[in-house]
Amino acid sequence: MSAIQPFANSYLFLLLIVISAAGYFLSTRRAVRSVAGNTSQLHSLPKYFGSYTAILIFCPAALLFFVWSASQNSIILNLLVEQLPPSVFEQANFNLNLFLNKVKNLTFNAVPTSDEAVIAAAQTYVNYHNTSGWLMFAAVLGLALLCFVIAYNQLAPQFRARNRVEFLIKCFLIICSIIAIMTTLGIVTSVLFESFNFFTLVPVTDFLFGTQWAPGPTEHAKYGAIPLFAGTMLITLIAMLVAVPIGLLAAIYLAEYASSRVRSITKPLLEILAGIPTVVYGFFAAITVAPFIREMGESVGLDVASESALAAGAVMGIMIIPFISSLSDDVINAVPQSLRDGSYGLGATKSETIKKVILPAALPGIVGAVLLALSRAIGETMIVVMAAGLAANLTANPLDNVTTVTVQIVTALVGDQAFESAQTLVAFALGLVLFIVTLILNVIALIVVRKYREQYD
Amino acid sequence: MTVTISKKIKKQQKKAELAKQAAKKLAKRHRQEKNFRRIGLAAVLMGMLFLVILFTDIISKGYTAFMQTQIQLTIDFDSNRIAKNIAKNKETDGETLYNGNYRKLVSDALYAKFPDVTKRKDKKLLRSIISTSAQYYLRDLAVTKIDTDSRANDSNDLQRNIAIGSGKSAADAESPSAVQYQINSQYVGQKQDIWVIADDLFDMFHKGFYTAEGAESERLIKDNYVTWYNKLLAEGNIRTVFNFDFFTNTDSTNAELAGIWGAMKGSFYVLLVTLLLSFPIGVGAAIYLEEFAPKNRWTDLIEVNINNLAAVPSIVFGLLGLAVFLNFFGLPRSAPIVGGIVLSLMTLPTIIISSRASLKSVPPSIKDAALGVGASKMQTITHHTLPLALPGMLTGTIIGMAQALGETAPLLMIGMIAFVMSVPTGIFDNATVMPVQIFLWSDLPARGFMVKTSAAIMVLLAFLITMNAIAVILRKRFERRW
Repeated sequence: MSAIQPFANSYLFLLLIVISAAGYFLSTRRAVRSVAGNTSQLHSLPKYFGSYTAILIFCPAALLFFVWSASQNSIILNLLVEQLPPSVFEQANFNLNLFLNKVKNLTFNAVPTSDEAVIAAAQTYVNYHNTSGWLMFAAVLGLALLCFVIAYNQLAPQFRARNRVEFLIKCFLIICSIIAIMTTLGIVTSVLFESFNFFTLVPVTDFLFGTQWAPGPTEHAKYGAIPLFAGTMLITLIAMLVAVPIGLLAAIYLAEYASSRVRSITKPLLEILAGIPTVVYGFFAAITVAPFIREMGESVGLDVASESALAAGAVMGIMIIPFISSLSDDVINAVPQSLRDGSYGLGATKSETIKKVILPAALPGIVGAVLLALSRAIGETMIVVMAAGLAANLTANPLDNVTTVTVQIVTALVGDQAFESAQTLVAFALGLVLFIVTLILNVIALIVVRKYREQYD
Repeated sequence: MTVTISKKIKKQQKKAELAKQAAKKLAKRHRQEKNFRRIGLAAVLMGMLFLVILFTDIISKGYTAFMQTQIQLTIDFDSNRIAKNIAKNKETDGETLYNGNYRKLVSDALYAKFPDVTKRKDKKLLRSIISTSAQYYLRDLAVTKIDTDSRANDSNDLQRNIAIGSGKSAADAESPSAVQYQINSQYVGQKQDIWVIADDLFDMFHKGFYTAEGAESERLIKDNYVTWYNKLLAEGNIRTVFNFDFFTNTDSTNAELAGIWGAMKGSFYVLLVTLLLSFPIGVGAAIYLEEFAPKNRWTDLIEVNINNLAAVPSIVFGLLGLAVFLNFFGLPRSAPIVGGIVLSLMTLPTIIISSRASLKSVPPSIKDAALGVGASKMQTITHHTLPLALPGMLTGTIIGMAQALGETAPLLMIGMIAFVMSVPTGIFDNATVMPVQIFLWSDLPARGFMVKTSAAIMVLLAFLITMNAIAVILRKRFERRW
């Protein structure tokens, strides 16, 4: 029995689809027969009767299937822990998580072990797993059949099948749009919750205003995030110094000077820069740009760190050029032609018109674009992980080695530390800061851009 | 008279002066105009230049990884030599031969080729020019292992896993009758010239990444290494062929063997999950917001929210995945299913925004006509609006998928950076994806891995460019101006 169990459940979903299809055909047939083939007497087209039954069979059963599959492992583990003989807990330096991991490794990956307790627990686990599997099989099929009976008995010539089906589809559409809200809610609650756990271990003020960053497993670990904020700001500043002039001037050239042919070729080419994965930029920064800057610095007698802020910042700047140029281009194009014509009529040259009329008119939009690019630069991860350092220096020297918020999030979570330690949880506190800062920047940028658009529409 | 004339002259002089000044100023203004224009052009060219530098840098570093250096050795497949230590009896059956010492065949062939190498240290160095994979390659040439037990790799049978892991019924776990060994007589007992894969260092030296200049003690390539290389080269025993292994192997600790097939398949599964989740949900949300939603505070909130989610740093989505899907729901670490869920949440805003734009572009006259002949609102949408908006939605989806394919940071958070040597066969298996593979390789010190990293980047960029090209073609082909 236990051998066919996993087999049965992998086909349960398929079986569910077959039952739904059967429900569709049976209901359609019943609807047509109920009016003796004269379908104009039906309230809705026959296919709506079938669809109604099929949806009613499939959705609740599929939902049960997914919820059961997702939650069964943790429930079984809890049951298993209650069932463990007390002798297991009395073993020398016993660690429950370690023990459960061994059990899981044995059952799912056949990792060899000689511990009798683990083998016994794994056996119990498999027994529970099989029982749960059969229960799920029965429950899902039972629910599907129950729903079929209910739906099938509702069908009558005057049953408002189309309205029901459309209502159900509309419910699905609403759920889809709520998922976007749920994502934000999920981000906020999960990050807040874990940050709160972190702040019970380390006071908020120590975290936000501390100037020493030295995470570690010991009590002497320090979690002052000021060096990280400073490092992030330094690299972001360098990136903006590269991206804003180039991006803005390129946008002006493309919008005001370039012929439409040049524009149609150049703009997509520039946008390729935004489509290149950040891991590629990271590799480029670490392997090519950083050594180049180091050699340049040494040739003029400067001491450059091998993972300098300048390399990471400059490459990040290249990456965000298209963000600024594309958005600014749109904004400049949105400035009404009448403003340009007025300026030309007064005898201004093209560049004077741009500097004195168009840019002031487009300024709010450009500010919005720069803010969006700024939030992008602050949240950028791979370039800094690969090209910036880990040393938390509090410095304003771009040739020095600095670290950023995102680098420390990655370092804290990519490792084998226990999850409930300050060393790991600090990632969520940093994530919270990152989320709040980028949220504020985005909201301001969106408001500015939207206000500006309305002005000339 | 004279006074008026002199006045006139003065006036004229003044006029000329003014005209001169004006001309000067105009020239200056025109100069400024030209300069401004030049600066703008320079900015555009600079952007292009960065693009060109980036591509040439990656390509020049990585193109050699698509070629593989091989060395020809004369291997003596003497069965006594292979299985000497295992069975003293005359009857060497397939299994004994299969488990024989093929490393010895390689080193014997090398010693035969270079008889003057006698020192222990030199011998060790000599052996190192051949990849460790050579012995398995020779083994597979000599003996074919046929595994008829289809359940052997089925890790879903939990009961069986326990049996294997606890070592209680090893006989049942690996029933010998299921495995057959077939000795290939065209190799065994013969002397054959075989091309085997060269070691990473040898490969890099052959491709010119290392030189043999300067003091011997300070360089990686020693003098006798160069001598051997020159001898092999002179006798035609070195060749470079297309590196199929790069596309069929998985990750490895040896640079010459590392390939991207595992990562490619991992990326495929992650993108599959992402597509299956984000396309229906994104299109559904777009339809609701564009066609049904009343204009009120709630829908405003949803709208602001979606725009905002599009700009949230990707690493924050990784934190969400870690806290919610791994820790709360207990989904497996490093599995494509979690990566797919996280990336679909990340790409949803892109898909929703582009889908709404393409729904908006369908002219109201079409909807009005459908409603006018008695279609319900839902029928109008499913029969008319949606088919007309679909190309635009697909374009947005492909762009979103391209974004997801290149994403790294959130996948690091959910543990997809494990060293995975097996090819994933489903969405619950351990897997890694292409960008993460690039990240992992870029961290390794061996020169061979730097080359492999660049090559993997080229493959990734090829995929991305293809996807974006499809999106552009789709847009050009189906775009309708109403």
